[in-house]
Amino acid sequence: MDVLNALVAFANFVLIPGTAYGAQLALGALGVTLIYGILRFSNFAHGDTMAFGTMFVILVTWGFQSAGISAGPVPTALLALPFGIAACALFLLATDKVVYKFYRRERVKPVVFVMVSLGVMFVMNGLVRLIIGPGDQRFADGERFIIAVRDFREMTGLREGLAIKTTQGITVITAVIVVALLFWFLNKTRTGKSMRAFSDNEDLALLSGINPERVVMYTWLIVAALATIAGTLYGLDKSFKPFTYFQLLLPIFAAAIVGGLGNPLGAIAGGFVIAFSEVLITYAYKKVFGYILPEALQPDGLAQLLSTDYKFAVSFVILIAVLLFKPTGLFKGQSV
Amino acid sequence: MNMRAVLLFALMVLLILFTGFTSSWNSALFILNFGLISAVMALGVNLQWGLAGLFNVGIMGFTALGGLAVVLTSVPPVPEAWEAGGLRVIAGLALGSLTLATAIYTRSKMAMGNARAAVTLLMLGFGFFIYRYVFDGGVEAVESINPAQTGYLGGLGLPVILSWPVGGLLAAGAAWIIGKTALGLRSDYLAIATLGIAEIIIFILKNEDWLARGVKNVVGLPRPVPYEIDLQNSASFVERATGLGLDPTTASSLYVKLGYSFLFAAVLILLLVLSQLALSSPWGRMMRAIRDNEVAAEAMGKDVTARHLQVFILGSAICGIAGAMLTTLDGQLTPTSYQPLRFTFLIWVMVIVGGSGNNYGAVLGGMLVAFLWVQVEVYGLAFMQLITAGMADGSALKAHLLDSAAHMRLLTMGVILLLVLRFSPRGLIPEK
Repeated sequence: MDVLNALVAFANFVLIPGTAYGAQLALGALGVTLIYGILRFSNFAHGDTMAFGTMFVILVTWGFQSAGISAGPVPTALLALPFGIAACALFLLATDKVVYKFYRRERVKPVVFVMVSLGVMFVMNGLVRLIIGPGDQRFADGERFIIAVRDFREMTGLREGLAIKTTQGITVITAVIVVALLFWFLNKTRTGKSMRAFSDNEDLALLSGINPERVVMYTWLIVAALATIAGTLYGLDKSFKPFTYFQLLLPIFAAAIVGGLGNPLGAIAGGFVIAFSEVLITYAYKKVFGYILPEALQPDGLAQLLSTDYKFAVSFVILIAVLLFKPTGLFKGQSV
Repeated sequence: MNMRAVLLFALMVLLILFTGFTSSWNSALFILNFGLISAVMALGVNLQWGLAGLFNVGIMGFTALGGLAVVLTSVPPVPEAWEAGGLRVIAGLALGSLTLATAIYTRSKMAMGNARAAVTLLMLGFGFFIYRYVFDGGVEAVESINPAQTGYLGGLGLPVILSWPVGGLLAAGAAWIIGKTALGLRSDYLAIATLGIAEIIIFILKNEDWLARGVKNVVGLPRPVPYEIDLQNSASFVERATGLGLDPTTASSLYVKLGYSFLFAAVLILLLVLSQLALSSPWGRMMRAIRDNEVAAEAMGKDVTARHLQVFILGSAICGIAGAMLTTLDGQLTPTSYQPLRFTFLIWVMVIVGGSGNNYGAVLGGMLVAFLWVQVEVYGLAFMQLITAGMADGSALKAHLLDSAAHMRLLTMGVILLLVLRFSPRGLIPEK
């Protein structure tokens, strides 16, 4: 029984939150990796793109809530998602036209692109703070739990409870659907294939008559959808705060690089690697050990490898390790 | 310097004088000091970007290390804390470094393969637990000594000016670690790695209370200039102040600020002269050749990665010096005040606006953007008041817009950066 209790505690505090967080990071990293593959630069504005899209979702959600529209047990934000994606997509296409297009024509070095994306990040960050403010916003509604701790205890008779939040369930389900759609799009449709061709070899793709502007436009549309969904899921699961989204940039980049920049499959794997490393290293194992170890071997402290404040340090260390030992990432990325 | 640069610098002086005449000399000197420190930072970043094309997004981290250096150098040590667990903390840190060093050494001696990976990981894991065991006990002991006032080890009690070069050294050390891993790979990787290290340095400052009290802040740092209150109590100073027609309070605060200005200006001029010498030396020519065509420079036998590492460390060290100067000016170390916007991206706007690749441009950009940064807050609020003037009092939108005036800065800085990059990428004083 104690082993079961330990397993349940482990699942409750590590497995389930890690999976949800991993799915959110994976969706974020997919956006970064797509931009890297097609537009060939690391987009520093990605965290703020997520915040920007999420902000619209929140605004529409509030509108729905005051109009009395709700999605029943699931959060209203899911209904508002398409509007957020549309607003985010419009903004990204506008930035592309006003800002990035010029540099693409000039064929500047990638590092100039990175710098320009920094400027875009500023503007987006400023807009988000101007419109919705820098504070915390909670917008989750509907049923809070799929399985609550008490129900689980009554069901199984175990001492340890297991809770699955609705937002965690929705995160994983949405992520699976989105990733399936994305891969179907990239592998089966004509546009998706032209995007992959463009990413593999730009000159060859241009020679075979692929319209680069069209490829770029589709990339931004997909990125807008991925970023808004990732941002909304993260905001539902935790809470929405513009600065947190800026900070998410580091784990997202780490995920994309661990998986291999430009490789969508790698981005997903990277997202989970980063998320589980963060959770595993910052989790206090005292409770789990309490069930499986005999009295004499019980740890005195929390049995925590690193305090939770350092969770970003974990993704950073992984990032550095990958840069040192395998710069192309676990799955072969585009370049060193 | 050409005519244009001279004119622009004259304009900068006029702007500061204008602030002095229209609002107050106190705020004019505040802007001047802030501008001088910013100019030093911009000089460091210009060395990296303008001279070598390296994109450093972690300036905040190097600045914070400079701030830490002030605490570690100038604050008097806390003997009780040292007695309680100081040596244990140091031993813990030494064990940690020893673990890393032996792991790296073993790795370099063993043949490649699974055995090597397993041994390295085992050594690291084992070392980590010993390190945590020794270190945690020491930290607990140190932090329990009078936590409301000290709860940290304190510094060395040396003159505060010494902390400026120490700040440079600390920043250089961090830059070496980052540069060693991220340079020589894609150019974006350096940006991402510096972004990460900056966040982590701030996390460490916030959480390691034994080091610099974390979010409890270290206040009342020693100063290189006299205290206002001492000046006001000195009869000769009051006499001289009244002789100039100033009341002693204003005069003392102006005297202190001017003292800082002279110190900062001295550092700035020294670094500017050194940077100019470096720029025109064979080394500077080589750096520019590498920047403009890495492949060609490499073909000529230049070690691109090593040169990049060198210039990255130098630039970061300058940022560290500036960070130490800033903390000295503030008189306190507050880790929560380190925001990437203010300490990283603002500096970038300075370098781009001033003219990347030109040292005078960086200095001008630093002063000018610092001036704007201080003034935009005033104008932003005025602007918001203007556009909300027609709205009914007490309306939610009006209150919201007035509250948001502070965020105008972000937007303004972003728009300025994008506009300059697009329409005048060479900046106000372009590189020759």
